[in-house]
Amino acid sequence: MQTAPQALRGGPVYDVVVIGSGAGGGTMVQVLTKLGVNVALIEAGPMLNPGRDFKEHKTPFDYEHRGGLEGGIYTTDPNRPFSFFSAPNGYWNLEGEPYTVAPGSNFTWFRSRILGGRTNHYGRISLRFSDYDFAPRKMDGLGEDWPITYEDVAPYYDKAEAFIGVTGTKEGIRTAPDGVFQTPPPPRVHEVLVQRAGKQLGIPVIPCRLAIITKPTNGRVPCHYCGQCGRGCVTASNYSSSQVQIFPAMKTGKLKIFPNAMARELITDGPGKVKAVSYIDKTTRTEKQIRCRAVVLAASACESARLMLNSKGPGYTNGLGNSSGVIGRYLMDSVGYDVSGYVPALEGMQRHDTDGFGGGHLYMPWWEFDKKNKEFPRGYHIEIGGGYGMPGVGTFHGACEQHQGYGKNLKQFIRSKYGTTVGLSGRGEMIPNKDTFCEIDPNVVDRWGIPVLRFHFKWTENETRMAKHMHDTFAAIYKQMGGEMIGVRNDKHESGISIGGAIIHEVGVARMGNDPKTSAVDGYGQSHDVKNLFVTDGATFVSNPDKNPTLTICALAWRTAEFLAEELRKGNV
Amino acid sequence: MSKRYAGASRREMLRNIAMGVTLAGMPLEAAQHVHGVAADQKKKTAGVYKPKHFNTHEYGTVRRLAELIIPADDVSGSAIEAGAPEFIDLIAANNQDIGLRMTGGLAWLDRQMETAHGKSFVACNPAEQTGMLDRIANREKATPELGPGVEFFRWIRRLTADAFYTSPIGVKDVGYVGNKGMTTFQVPASALEYAAKRSGLT
Repeated sequence: MQTAPQALRGGPVYDVVVIGSGAGGGTMVQVLTKLGVNVALIEAGPMLNPGRDFKEHKTPFDYEHRGGLEGGIYTTDPNRPFSFFSAPNGYWNLEGEPYTVAPGSNFTWFRSRILGGRTNHYGRISLRFSDYDFAPRKMDGLGEDWPITYEDVAPYYDKAEAFIGVTGTKEGIRTAPDGVFQTPPPPRVHEVLVQRAGKQLGIPVIPCRLAIITKPTNGRVPCHYCGQCGRGCVTASNYSSSQVQIFPAMKTGKLKIFPNAMARELITDGPGKVKAVSYIDKTTRTEKQIRCRAVVLAASACESARLMLNSKGPGYTNGLGNSSGVIGRYLMDSVGYDVSGYVPALEGMQRHDTDGFGGGHLYMPWWEFDKKNKEFPRGYHIEIGGGYGMPGVGTFHGACEQHQGYGKNLKQFIRSKYGTTVGLSGRGEMIPNKDTFCEIDPNVVDRWGIPVLRFHFKWTENETRMAKHMHDTFAAIYKQMGGEMIGVRNDKHESGISIGGAIIHEVGVARMGNDPKTSAVDGYGQSHDVKNLFVTDGATFVSNPDKNPTLTICALAWRTAEFLAEELRKGNV
Repeated sequence: MSKRYAGASRREMLRNIAMGVTLAGMPLEAAQHVHGVAADQKKKTAGVYKPKHFNTHEYGTVRRLAELIIPADDVSGSAIEAGAPEFIDLIAANNQDIGLRMTGGLAWLDRQMETAHGKSFVACNPAEQTGMLDRIANREKATPELGPGVEFFRWIRRLTADAFYTSPIGVKDVGYVGNKGMTTFQVPASALEYAAKRSGLT
């Protein structure tokens, strides 16, 4: 018979242990410490030192390999980061921490091991879900509805936007609810062209909502428009949980951070209550425990699911908080379809600094949400790329392929084509399906001996038909601009859709709901089975609308934090 | 750069940045200062380069090819001035696949030139050299037996372009003027007018 590990005696008892320091964990820490709760934060990577770790203002020429090695496109190291210049400690493969993919599936999992996690590099796109996004099943009979409504979350969107700082404009579009916005920067030339083309095609093109500040906010200085948000920002002018939430929380005296701490499992007092978190101190390779009154999982959706599935004992042999059996199920990523196009109107334009924000200044919210008889369910938004970006290793490979020559002609060709490429990226909603989930691989463990995840992933016709619609829409936009499509950038799936996980919006493996039989947690992220166990990352998502998840993770975590603080005060957990 | 930010102590600024002092509110000058420091660090010591991957003959061929792929013109210097041979050598030394592509491709090229002209590629005259490149540069026009040469040239052209356009010479050539700290973001009205008119989207 299986026995559960015992909690050790001694050591301080924290009110709350938060596992993971990204958007969910950072927001949790910020709100809980402000409310006077004693918090221990455990992070599987090191502390962040922005001045040392970020390559924000470096140029390729500062390095002999020009950014081509150490994560660049000529890297052969299988433990690949995003790119050489990207914010640190984010990888497609982590040394010693594998995962497996079931035969017939294709899935890739991006993980960051550092304070702040993926918020150090992410795209900062901050879109609210719409009212209909919380009740998708009512709309088309697919998937499941959320146990909460837009009205429940709206006050927390307000709080999150006001605190982290989000730019945008009030548009009154149902699919893209307005929020608490700072003034956005003006659009770049190619973005204005897309906007005008969109107007002729009936597609709205509006200022993107980005977690980048344009006015002083909570001691942070406004953006200085260097365009390198993905490398991490030394002035903290964009949102990262590390700089915006956790560093200030350290000053409250209520927060103790345990870096390089890899959570192994949750230690219980029977199936209904967590007593401690067991973790591996990576620096000494020793096993340790932290005792607590409540635990918050914010380790990233799949890591949180893994932790619950790996915490087993009498009465919960399926994993802790998993009496429903849904943990690991309903995994979703976003449908990614990326193309680039050549726009001759931009050729010969006077050179100017187009860096601006790291990301498009404009975007296209979904415009057919109320259309009947669509050829696919749900919708997508479109992101816009282009401008005179900093030349890097790989920037002109496409031009070389196009030109096929050499010498002065090649130089002249590259000079004339620089800045004439406009990228369009569709990001759409995937419907959860039975063939897409993660589970514990029965045969494989990581270097700490912790069983790893095995992924199953499949796109269905819902997504491939959406990708086709994206393709046709992009072609129409380029045509309207007098340009032409050069090519589809992600061709790893036959439909041209990105492979599962590649958009790094993986969510939904411990979904919320009112029914304990079909959901893992309730609308506050509180486990149905274990009342002092909460989940505040993307794992609780019931659906994955085309609204990049981070802002909603922040809003839901804020809501959970207030609820949890109150429950602690009342002695309910 | 130091003249522009003479008021601030660079050492102090860097120390603050290294300590992660960002939340106190790093002023714009500090951000600009970091850009300035990054720019100043670009200066590399000149001297005779000792290749890590190529032998002397191969390296000489790489230099010649880089110069042919991106020669000096009225606007800017050549790929050699931009450090392309050193870059190609470094990548070849660190990436086995590319290392083999380069070594094998160079050997293939020499063999072709020996057969046709009785000399290695570098020993051939410029007309003979470009005569060969004209046959392998364009994938669509090349005859099938030149396949290995086409593939080799494709890679060395990419690597040469990588090195050239990431150098200060290449950056200036294409006209990238960013990576600056600015207080506002603006788009020149004349640039927008130009593109709008050309696209018909006015």
